[in-house]
Amino acid sequence: MSARPPGVTTPIEPSEIRPPSSEVGAMGWLRHNLFNSKSSGIATIVVGLVVALAAWKLLEWAIFDARTGVITTNMRLFLVGLYPQDEIYRVWVTMLTLSVMTGLTAGRMRSGAVRMMAIMLAAGQVAIAFLAIVSGMGFVGAAAMVANAVLLLMAMTAAKRWPLSRRWMLLGWAVTAIAATLLLQGLGESSLLPGVSTNVWGGLLLTMLLSTAGIALSFPFGVALAVGRRSHLPVIRLLSTVFIEVIRAVPLITILFMAALMFPLFLPEGIRVENVFRAIGGITIFSAAYVAENVRGGLQAIPRGQVEAAQAIGLRSWQTNLYIVLPQALRITIPANVGLFISLLKDTTLVAIIGLLELLGIGRAVLAQPEWIGASFEVYLFVAAIFFVLSYTLSQASYRLEKELGIGER
Amino acid sequence: MTEPQSDRRSTASVPFYRDVRVLAVFSQVIVLAVVLLVLGYLFNNLYSAMAEKGFLPSLSWLGLTAGFEIAETVVPYDSTHTYSDALLVGLLNTLMVSVVGIFLATLLGLVIGIARLSKNWLVNKLALGYVELFRNTPLLVQLFVIYFVVFLQLPGVRESITLPGSVYLSQRGIFMPRPQLASDGWIWLTIVVVGIVVAALVWSAAWRREAAGRPANGLRPISLLILFGVPIVSWFLMAAAPVTFEEPVLGKFNLTGGLKFTPEFAALTLGLALYTAAFIAEIIRGGIEAVSKGQLEAARAIGLKESETLRLVVLPQALRIIIPPLTSQYLNLIKNSSLALAIGYADLFNVSRTISEQTGQPVAVIIIVMSVYLVISLLTSLVMNIYNRAVQIHER
Amino acid sequence: MKRLVPGLVIGALVLGSSAVYAQAGGRLAEVQSRGQLVCGVNGGLPGMSVLNADTGLYEGMDGDYCRAVAAAVLGDANAVEFRTLTADQRATAIQGGEVDVIFRNTTNTLSRDASWGDFGPTIFYDGQGMMTRADLGATTLEDLDGATICVTSGTTTEQNLADQMSFRGLTYEPVVAAEIDSVYGTYEEGRCDAVTSDRSQLVGRRSTFANPDDHVILDVVMSKEPLAPLTAHGDDQWTDVVTWVVNSTMEAEELGITSANIGEFAGGENPVVQRLLGETGELGSLLGLSNTFVVDVISSVGNYGEIYDRAFGPDTALALERGPNALWTNGGLMYSPPFR
Repeated sequence: MSARPPGVTTPIEPSEIRPPSSEVGAMGWLRHNLFNSKSSGIATIVVGLVVALAAWKLLEWAIFDARTGVITTNMRLFLVGLYPQDEIYRVWVTMLTLSVMTGLTAGRMRSGAVRMMAIMLAAGQVAIAFLAIVSGMGFVGAAAMVANAVLLLMAMTAAKRWPLSRRWMLLGWAVTAIAATLLLQGLGESSLLPGVSTNVWGGLLLTMLLSTAGIALSFPFGVALAVGRRSHLPVIRLLSTVFIEVIRAVPLITILFMAALMFPLFLPEGIRVENVFRAIGGITIFSAAYVAENVRGGLQAIPRGQVEAAQAIGLRSWQTNLYIVLPQALRITIPANVGLFISLLKDTTLVAIIGLLELLGIGRAVLAQPEWIGASFEVYLFVAAIFFVLSYTLSQASYRLEKELGIGER
Repeated sequence: MTEPQSDRRSTASVPFYRDVRVLAVFSQVIVLAVVLLVLGYLFNNLYSAMAEKGFLPSLSWLGLTAGFEIAETVVPYDSTHTYSDALLVGLLNTLMVSVVGIFLATLLGLVIGIARLSKNWLVNKLALGYVELFRNTPLLVQLFVIYFVVFLQLPGVRESITLPGSVYLSQRGIFMPRPQLASDGWIWLTIVVVGIVVAALVWSAAWRREAAGRPANGLRPISLLILFGVPIVSWFLMAAAPVTFEEPVLGKFNLTGGLKFTPEFAALTLGLALYTAAFIAEIIRGGIEAVSKGQLEAARAIGLKESETLRLVVLPQALRIIIPPLTSQYLNLIKNSSLALAIGYADLFNVSRTISEQTGQPVAVIIIVMSVYLVISLLTSLVMNIYNRAVQIHER
Repeated sequence: MKRLVPGLVIGALVLGSSAVYAQAGGRLAEVQSRGQLVCGVNGGLPGMSVLNADTGLYEGMDGDYCRAVAAAVLGDANAVEFRTLTADQRATAIQGGEVDVIFRNTTNTLSRDASWGDFGPTIFYDGQGMMTRADLGATTLEDLDGATICVTSGTTTEQNLADQMSFRGLTYEPVVAAEIDSVYGTYEEGRCDAVTSDRSQLVGRRSTFANPDDHVILDVVMSKEPLAPLTAHGDDQWTDVVTWVVNSTMEAEELGITSANIGEFAGGENPVVQRLLGETGELGSLLGLSNTFVVDVISSVGNYGEIYDRAFGPDTALALERGPNALWTNGGLMYSPPFR
């Protein structure tokens, strides 16, 4: 609907016809996008002034008033909580393994979105290394983070050329998961790997642990529930439906309180489960219901013909589900589940209310230190910024993934 | 073309342990038994642990005196009321936050959603920035910022910011005049209600005329005249002003009298609204964008004005797409209102925490609270489903 | 191979869930086999329990008593895992067995004794007080009529406040928060005119304020608040252990035994001291502890007076008079039953 160029009176060669200068270049852009009508022009000026004022105020605050010391002196707390200084190498080692595995996985996938996520992860590690140096946390940690990023990218490049089989990848991930848990938690009394109580896990480390463990553990439950909800067996359908609907109807915080306070009462005498794992349990139950609904959506999108074809070649109903329906359905639901992971990541902040020191909880603890009372904006801004970067990157990647998978275009 | 295979093959040759129908019943019995056993085991542990420690769950505490005050109540309440009254106060507070929050979130979401469709680059990007900022940070962090960084940093009560119309803004909350019906104010109120009804009738008459293809003949201005004219004229015809305003007055510690919103309420409502609006905006944008271009072109082709196109063509179709996801956002807002605990607003969950500590009845209390949330969610879904059915295409 | 992967995953989950199995035979045996005492503390209360960021330990009276119990039971005062609890988490934490003992400035009351668990001896006699801004000029509760008052939810304080104000016919507006940091944070920001809590807590938190002198603690005591350790119902042996560890610190102070001079008392003549330090008799084994558990306690955390002075003594920022917390021989209420 662009405006017609002004009338041309003298005949000239078509190739010489150029739009008037008001239609191209910076001026044209301004005209089209900011001042294309009177009301639009007014809106531009008003909104522009407000934005400029707000930006100026924020900049002024950031330069003159912000007490950035509250972040830099407490950087270690923000990153790993009270994890003992002497044992911190274990966090680095764990991350190193995870980086390599991520690189290998991303490299063998043909998905640009996954690679983008991996590259962003590497960039994030370099950023943390930068933060670590700035806040005087020591060069060892910073070097470890940079090494992480490099290894990740190297693993990705290597895997692009020599992709490992899916079987080996799964095995690798399983081993990594066990090794990471063992390494971080230690082996009780042993002198080689003294136990590190999960009570001292905190900060970004705990946030990542809660959200990844939450989504990974809830996935099988969610899939089972989704299949159960579509089952033709009334009892199984009813049980699944009731579970899904009840969990989705109550707030996460009530489930977390149940997990944190009442869970011990449900267990037999003498069995204690640590706080962190109870929170993971609560998050798992909660997100399983949401995974189930995502997967159900995916299941419904599978054309009936697929099932009929499977039956025609004589597959049993569980075989049909396992080999035909589920793989297709899960593929479709990947973006939805990435979305769920993002909201789970943000929702882990709720464990701060039940006394766990994840990123926000650490922020609150830092604010209780006498010397940093009143620095709440600095702390909350920092916490919000970390979540924003994680969440925004993931959502962009998910958006690309959605396009790659061609969802919504069939 | 072969015979289509039937599920009901003859069972004569199949032994019972491979008979699909037997297996179906059998597997269901097994699943049910396992679920019941696990639940039974867990609850048995719970029961024996609690019996041993001498606090079996009961409901007798509901009638006991609560003994604690609640700052904000919709219904009369003080520390001599019972625990069940306290729970009711909490529930009403939850509902109040939810209703106000949903209203504000929808309004703001609509504005931002439309701004996202603006051709003005700055407005468009600003709306996008808003959406990304609020969607990608945790609600709890936003609540803390709004409560601790915005509301608690407002000036003290004696240095309140005074807005026109006797509205005061301070860290003690938002104070404004409270409208009160004078002794014979109900007469005026009745006249106003009648006026509104008449105005609505006239407006719908105009609508019907237009729908039938006849001109509305200025019925709309008449309707508006009735709507605003009747209350104003009758106000001055009354002997005394039918509605008076109780102004907040600065007492020794606080502003007293007038209508008051505490910072906790304001922060929670505002936080929920700002957060949810970002999601609603995207839903509304998606809904409007999903209306096919052909519809717009057709509307223009038959000469509808821009506003008519929006009202008669775009919105009815967009609504169909918008309602289901909007419903889940409303439900999310209601559930998220339980974060009141973090900033000290006395909602259902917060009150229940105090009660469960005082009575030593955590299990009974949490079951009551979860059931209430379940009922609220189901009722909200029900209402929205009815509305959804009303706006869907009625296929004949 | 295909079977191996799910197996490994399940293995990881089981390992990861890290359930801790305890042995039968009560809490004492459980703590001993675990090798660590799980102790519930406040965590944000100067004088009672506050985190020392360098050592990762909680310091203060509650923190020290956790360490004293660990010293008696395990012989190692550092074998403590601290759990920070909010006020409204205490009941379920002790009932559910999540913590072995709670030293978290918890007031002993009839209803709590009946429904929460068993209380040990009082380690601090406190009373509810009221702190307010100096510039408001209030000196009595009556001066606070119509004020906004910050209070911690789920505490006796919250109920006492309602009682005291309605008894005097005063109105107020409560601002209730669950976390102690929030309570004082909102008060300091000016959201409330006054904040009410145990007087020791008010003194402790005031010392962390930016301008402590801008706040006064009214000269009113609104209630009795005997702060005592809490153990779960139904385990008498364990409750006895906690009780007598606390008693031993008071007995040691009465006898003049400190962490510094305890060596000089070894092999002494006084039969009372000999029994206390386990040189004669089998008092410790009656509780299921070593006979010399008192030596472990006193040499690692000191006697009651030492614990008090580290937390509230004249050299601390709090500088709180002993008052009712002096020994009975000095006109206070601290009194240990005899060790015999």
